[in-house]
Amino acid sequence: MAMTLHVDIVSAEKELFSGPVEMVTAPGELGELGILPRHSQLLTRLKPGQVRVRLQGGDEQLFYVSGGLLEVQPNLVTILSDTAERAKDLDEAAALSAKQRAEQVIADSRSEFEFARAKVELAEAIAQLQTIAKMRKQRKSS
Amino acid sequence: MAGAKEIRTKIKSIKSTQKITKAMEMVAASKMRKAQERMRAARPYATKIRNVISHLAHAHTEYRSPGLVEREIKRVGLIVVSTDRGLCGGLNTNLFKAAIVAMQQWRNQGIEIDVCTIGTKAFQFFRRLKGNIVAHVSHLGDAPRFEDVLGPVKVMADAFAEGRVDAIHLVYNEFVNTMSQKPKIEQLVPVTAEVKESAPVHRWDYIYEPDPKDLIELLLRRYGESVVYQALVENVACEMASRMVAMKSATDNAGALIDELQLIYNKARQASITQELAEIVGGAAAV
Repeated sequence: MAMTLHVDIVSAEKELFSGPVEMVTAPGELGELGILPRHSQLLTRLKPGQVRVRLQGGDEQLFYVSGGLLEVQPNLVTILSDTAERAKDLDEAAALSAKQRAEQVIADSRSEFEFARAKVELAEAIAQLQTIAKMRKQRKSS
Repeated sequence: MAGAKEIRTKIKSIKSTQKITKAMEMVAASKMRKAQERMRAARPYATKIRNVISHLAHAHTEYRSPGLVEREIKRVGLIVVSTDRGLCGGLNTNLFKAAIVAMQQWRNQGIEIDVCTIGTKAFQFFRRLKGNIVAHVSHLGDAPRFEDVLGPVKVMADAFAEGRVDAIHLVYNEFVNTMSQKPKIEQLVPVTAEVKESAPVHRWDYIYEPDPKDLIELLLRRYGESVVYQALVENVACEMASRMVAMKSATDNAGALIDELQLIYNKARQASITQELAEIVGGAAAV
């Protein structure tokens, strides 16, 4: 029987494939990679493209990845696929808007974080919740 | 029968409140199921990338990323994941309490804190208390997308890379089960010993394509994103579970209240009938 290596293909939102295969082919950034068992450790970025796995017995399965990372350990391959194509400026824009949103609404001057007030507020809220729980218990027992 | 009429209106109004809470309970229950599925679906990626990071921490890499090395802490970044809406019991309150305890400890050690908030509730809370909010996103809905966390994570990761913060912590609710959610604080970077775990110690390094620095930084960034995303999805599941429980008890309470009022109403009604009868009998006797 041919040697196998374990392959996990995951994207942030779900698991795509997990199991033993004979060979896996992935679109590395510097070119197509074919990985067989006992490959040496490797870390690379993936281009958008197809990942092919050859299962035991010769059947093939295809997955589409839109970029991501590939890690190879001698008998384990992990493909961390990105969910969507990621442009650098997209990250930048998202970061900027997150910052802006924070700044927009904070008009008041920044001073020390008021621990005392935070504690009082939380204590009040918790007391309210406890009271409700207590009342409920009383009602049930009566 | 003025008293009786008032009670009747009250019962009616409580009944309609009960209908609303009942509906909210059922909506939360069905949303919770979906949120739990999403939580489960996001888990493999988080586990796998954690494994890769742990391999990486043991490799003798030619490039040591600052994200893997502990340094002296002068300022921490805190990412707080909360809900957008209320009516979910003590979920947010408990979370903020845990955050405050940690913040107080840092403050006592003279460590400054930058806060990044996800969800309106956290934002309102930290703004009111004049926390130093550096980034904020909200209204992500019940099915947050991976892209939604990129902004705040990037703000924090950049601050870390530039040395403005020396560690990033994440506060969120951990979904234990439907009845219980636990606030949790986790250190994101530098990657902690827990994540590093034990592994074989012989020397090896990766083959990098193309460049180790870029790759490792990218990997750490993805790691941060996936942990925050996982926290976000988990928090949604917590929100729904918590809301379901809160609404269920509200519905039960309304039921109990209605029963009580019904009793009072019946008594009032009977009293007025008795009174009328007495008046009639009294009148007849007088004639």
